[in-house]
Amino acid sequence: MGKKLKITINGEPLEIEKGVSILDAAKDAGIIIPTLCYHKDLCVAGNCRVCVVELVGQKRLSAACATPCEDGMEILTNSLKVRNSRKHIIELLLSEHNAECTSCYKNGNCELQSLASEYKIMNQDFIHLVPYHNYTIDMFSPSIIKDDSKCIRCQRCVRTCAELQGVNALTMSYKGEHAKITTFFEKAMNDVVCTNCGQCINHCPTGALVERNYIEEVWNAIGDKNRYVVVQTAPAVRIGLGEELGFDPGTRVTGKMVAALKRLGFDAVMDTDFTADLTIMEEGTELLTRLKRAIVDKDPDARLPMATSCSPGWIKFIEHMYPEYLGNLSTCKSPQQMFGALVKTYYAKARKLDPEKIVSVSVMPCTAKKFEANRPEMHDSGYRDVDYVLTTRELAIMIKQAGIDFMRLEDAHFDRIMGESTGAGVIFGATGGVMEAALRTAYELVTGREVPFENLNIAPVRGMEGVKEATIKIDNPLKEWSFLDGVELKCAVAHGLVNAKQVMDAIKYGRADYHFIEFMACPGGCLGGGGQPIPTNPEIRARRAAAIYAEDAGMPLRKSHQNPEVVKIYKDYLEQPLGERSHKLLHTKYTPRKHR
Amino acid sequence: MSTSYLLKRADFIFKNENDWEEVLGKSIIRPPQELINELISSELKGRGGAGFPTGLKWKVSAENKSEVKYVICNADEGEPGTFKDREILSKVPFKVLTAIAICGYVIGAKEGYIYLRGEYFFLQPELNKAISEFEYYCKEINFDFKIKIFMGSGAYICGEETALFESMEGKRGEPRNKPPYPTSFGYLGKPTVINNVETLAHTYTIFKYGAKRFYDLGVQYSRGTKLFSVSGDTPKPGIYELELGMSLADFVEEFGDDDTKAVQVGGASGFLVPRKRFGETNIGFQGKLVGISLPTGGSMMLFNSSRSMYNVLDNYLNFFAEESCGQCTPCRVGCQQLLRGIKAVKRGEKKAQYLDKMMQLAETMQFTAKCGLGQSVANSFSSIVENFREEMIY
Amino acid sequence: MMKPINELIKELADLHGRERRSLLPILQGVVDQEKYLSEYSMLEIAKELDIPATEVYGTVTFYSFLEYKKMGRYIIRVCKTITCSMKGEKQILLAIEDMLKIKIGETTQDGMFSLLQTNCLGLCHKAPAMLINHDVFTDLTPEKVREILTEYIHKQEEVGYVN
Repeated sequence: MGKKLKITINGEPLEIEKGVSILDAAKDAGIIIPTLCYHKDLCVAGNCRVCVVELVGQKRLSAACATPCEDGMEILTNSLKVRNSRKHIIELLLSEHNAECTSCYKNGNCELQSLASEYKIMNQDFIHLVPYHNYTIDMFSPSIIKDDSKCIRCQRCVRTCAELQGVNALTMSYKGEHAKITTFFEKAMNDVVCTNCGQCINHCPTGALVERNYIEEVWNAIGDKNRYVVVQTAPAVRIGLGEELGFDPGTRVTGKMVAALKRLGFDAVMDTDFTADLTIMEEGTELLTRLKRAIVDKDPDARLPMATSCSPGWIKFIEHMYPEYLGNLSTCKSPQQMFGALVKTYYAKARKLDPEKIVSVSVMPCTAKKFEANRPEMHDSGYRDVDYVLTTRELAIMIKQAGIDFMRLEDAHFDRIMGESTGAGVIFGATGGVMEAALRTAYELVTGREVPFENLNIAPVRGMEGVKEATIKIDNPLKEWSFLDGVELKCAVAHGLVNAKQVMDAIKYGRADYHFIEFMACPGGCLGGGGQPIPTNPEIRARRAAAIYAEDAGMPLRKSHQNPEVVKIYKDYLEQPLGERSHKLLHTKYTPRKHR
Repeated sequence: MSTSYLLKRADFIFKNENDWEEVLGKSIIRPPQELINELISSELKGRGGAGFPTGLKWKVSAENKSEVKYVICNADEGEPGTFKDREILSKVPFKVLTAIAICGYVIGAKEGYIYLRGEYFFLQPELNKAISEFEYYCKEINFDFKIKIFMGSGAYICGEETALFESMEGKRGEPRNKPPYPTSFGYLGKPTVINNVETLAHTYTIFKYGAKRFYDLGVQYSRGTKLFSVSGDTPKPGIYELELGMSLADFVEEFGDDDTKAVQVGGASGFLVPRKRFGETNIGFQGKLVGISLPTGGSMMLFNSSRSMYNVLDNYLNFFAEESCGQCTPCRVGCQQLLRGIKAVKRGEKKAQYLDKMMQLAETMQFTAKCGLGQSVANSFSSIVENFREEMIY
Repeated sequence: MMKPINELIKELADLHGRERRSLLPILQGVVDQEKYLSEYSMLEIAKELDIPATEVYGTVTFYSFLEYKKMGRYIIRVCKTITCSMKGEKQILLAIEDMLKIKIGETTQDGMFSLLQTNCLGLCHKAPAMLINHDVFTDLTPEKVREILTEYIHKQEEVGYVN
């Protein structure tokens, strides 16, 4: 509570707190000042100059995002000088931009395009500068396409990769007319430390950074009568997809999503949440086994803390930055990859299908999953386990292309035998979800009782704080687990790679003594993933999280070990967690990588 | 008609009476507020080109409650046609070192830096020797102050104060948002006084002789003397200390000749004045006398009738397009547009009226660019296009 | 015998520190010996200072005097700003190109000279001017330039310079 400042905006008096920027003050007054380089997730840059406003008495205009209000300021956001200047800025940006809008992936969802439209930039008198630069398109990564000819140098991607993710794969290089955003020595994105998390795509205002899309490949597969196309959907998709199709952020569209997928022509529509539950069985058992080996057998190879392994962005991150800790990762594959391996073995057998004819597609909130599906070791079924990965955005495009009136769809259900899930599977989509799901099962396995939290909602691991901690005391375990009696199980949850770095450094320098850590590459967990609808900001992610927990609360079964299809797969096929078949199909290994 | 202000030469800067130890010793026993008042009453303004009142800068920094503060001497002299700071640092370095130390005393800083442009590497050995001697004396008189040289690496934009801080912090020299200003948030986020080499040399004069001696020279709003770097088509290239307020006509009388077509006042980010306006143009900080008043870092480049003003403008725009940090849209793209624009008009690829669109663009750059570089391109652009329009087209 | 790069970097870091603000002096130190910063140098510096490699690259490419492509032993920088341009910079360039058989941006076959242009050196009253590494040459004429370069070549032959 500080002294209030008195200012006027466009003649209207306003009282605001000290330290508030002109941009925020204007928003309070119901005035929207256009911006490009400004983003709620990132620190202020003030370099695009689109948000300039006039301060009465000053000849030069000020950037609204970077200027704090001062007592007595008289601000004009729409004077002739401001509008003419802003038009010039937009025209300048367009002159260095490869404006091939009709063939651009971001057509219709581009901030530069929207600005140009708003200001009715009808003539382009300025000289087109693109031909004078030798721009290249980097399409080498399976996840991200970088097109420098569309870059407006807002540096949002640089700040995202540095501040939000701590990966620093991108930097502003050179100066003057040659200034542009590059990787180390302008190497291809998949030749540097890029984790494929796609946060840069989520924050890029234009088409300079987009995902590699596989829409045509999937249409071709669906249209091929000789192929049996199976699709799996991640938990975070069902609470994000609606945003691309007319719904408010945080709307659950699970039933409609399944109906739409069936209408698109997929032969089987099943659920990644099923393998999420399966992951809990495997990983829970792995954790308890490791704890036993560490505590009872004092086995030095049983590395603690154990870290989750379902986030491929996180996996590539640890492979580059902390390769000496790869032994701490769970050997479990991600739910996507477990599903892929089982579809061409377990499912094919059960449905009497030739696995060669199966095309395995997944819909993910994630761009790193495209990289993960292409990892050379992901062939345990004897074929490529996951053939194509579509992001939430690509699915929305396909739904629109098919002319489906999404809003009017009736809810449909996932297909058997890999379509059943529990609430524990759904919460994988939020940060803390994997931890919570694991605890719900592991605790019960060890003690025979439910986790001591109301309604099974383990609050300490929920929420948007970067690093969360929770300690669960094991009292009176079952006889088999007596070695855990009195043990305080120390857990941590980190989301956003910059927080992962923090936790890893704590471990590296001996400042942490956790047993089990959940790592998610993206802020908010998968619900804020690189493949989710754009735009993203803290409010939107909070609403998506609320939707996930609401979905969990509304499900009849809420613990992974209760999933009847999971029980069935162990009975009919896998025998037991960490058994021989599980090891072959559901577990994997990692690759240390160069640190650049 | 100018008031026929004859060029008054002075010799404060380069006259070396080897009395720096005395000046230093006498200054650091006076109350800091007294020294600040001395500077304020002298009305000394920054000599790097921006012209900010020096006394006020020192005052605001002194008032800041931070424990850690810095003094930085901006020796990143890069404005085309300017070479006075090099001369000061090689001929009278002790004056500058003394001024830096006195500033440190006044504001409460224990460390001073000289940001020396990479191109002046050859000055380092002598300068380091001088610093050694200086620090030795400071130790003798129990005055805790250290000075270090920080070398630049070839970037004109690092002469901008916040870009300079970024450079010293090991980053790209991209100017910061202002506010906050260096006096509260400078090098490493601490209050910093950053002054041009010549400005500091003038403070030495003021502390030695008192404010009045300085104030009595020059004219209203433009007190004191200034070093002028004269080059180009002139029989007398070199560095001259002159009182401010002179008319350009008198200047050309002394340093040019009948064939002087135009004078570029203040380097590429300054103004080009055509012959017909010499009489009504004065060199100083604020409108007074008749006609235009032009602040300046002191670069004076003379052009005779053989020089094409198109080539001159082309040269400046190339310079800016290269040296811009590239951060903000109006400067990064605007410089390219102006450069290619004049080429296109000259080649007949664009109509002559396109020059008017570019004049408007230059004005927008002036209003919206993030730092002084982008803001000043319009100066030379509009003065050249306005006064030599035909040369842009034919 | 030149010091191996990683040793040089450690020494420079010992001298200047391992903070982010030590970066520029360390980069300058490496350029002084190697004449440019290779990928390897940048990675080593990034490791030594514990900063991302991209940050090193972004900073290096900003400064005109921090070369990141292989350069000759002597880097000639001819000023091209207005006064030097007026006083005969082009003739100077022609003379150098003629004598060394390289164009702007190129390096001689024997790795001795690289030719670049640079902006205002602050020697305008003695234009045209140029730098060869850190050394300053003013009041240039094509004649004088040929003399200067010849001296450099002779000096190298005396010392028995081997590429």
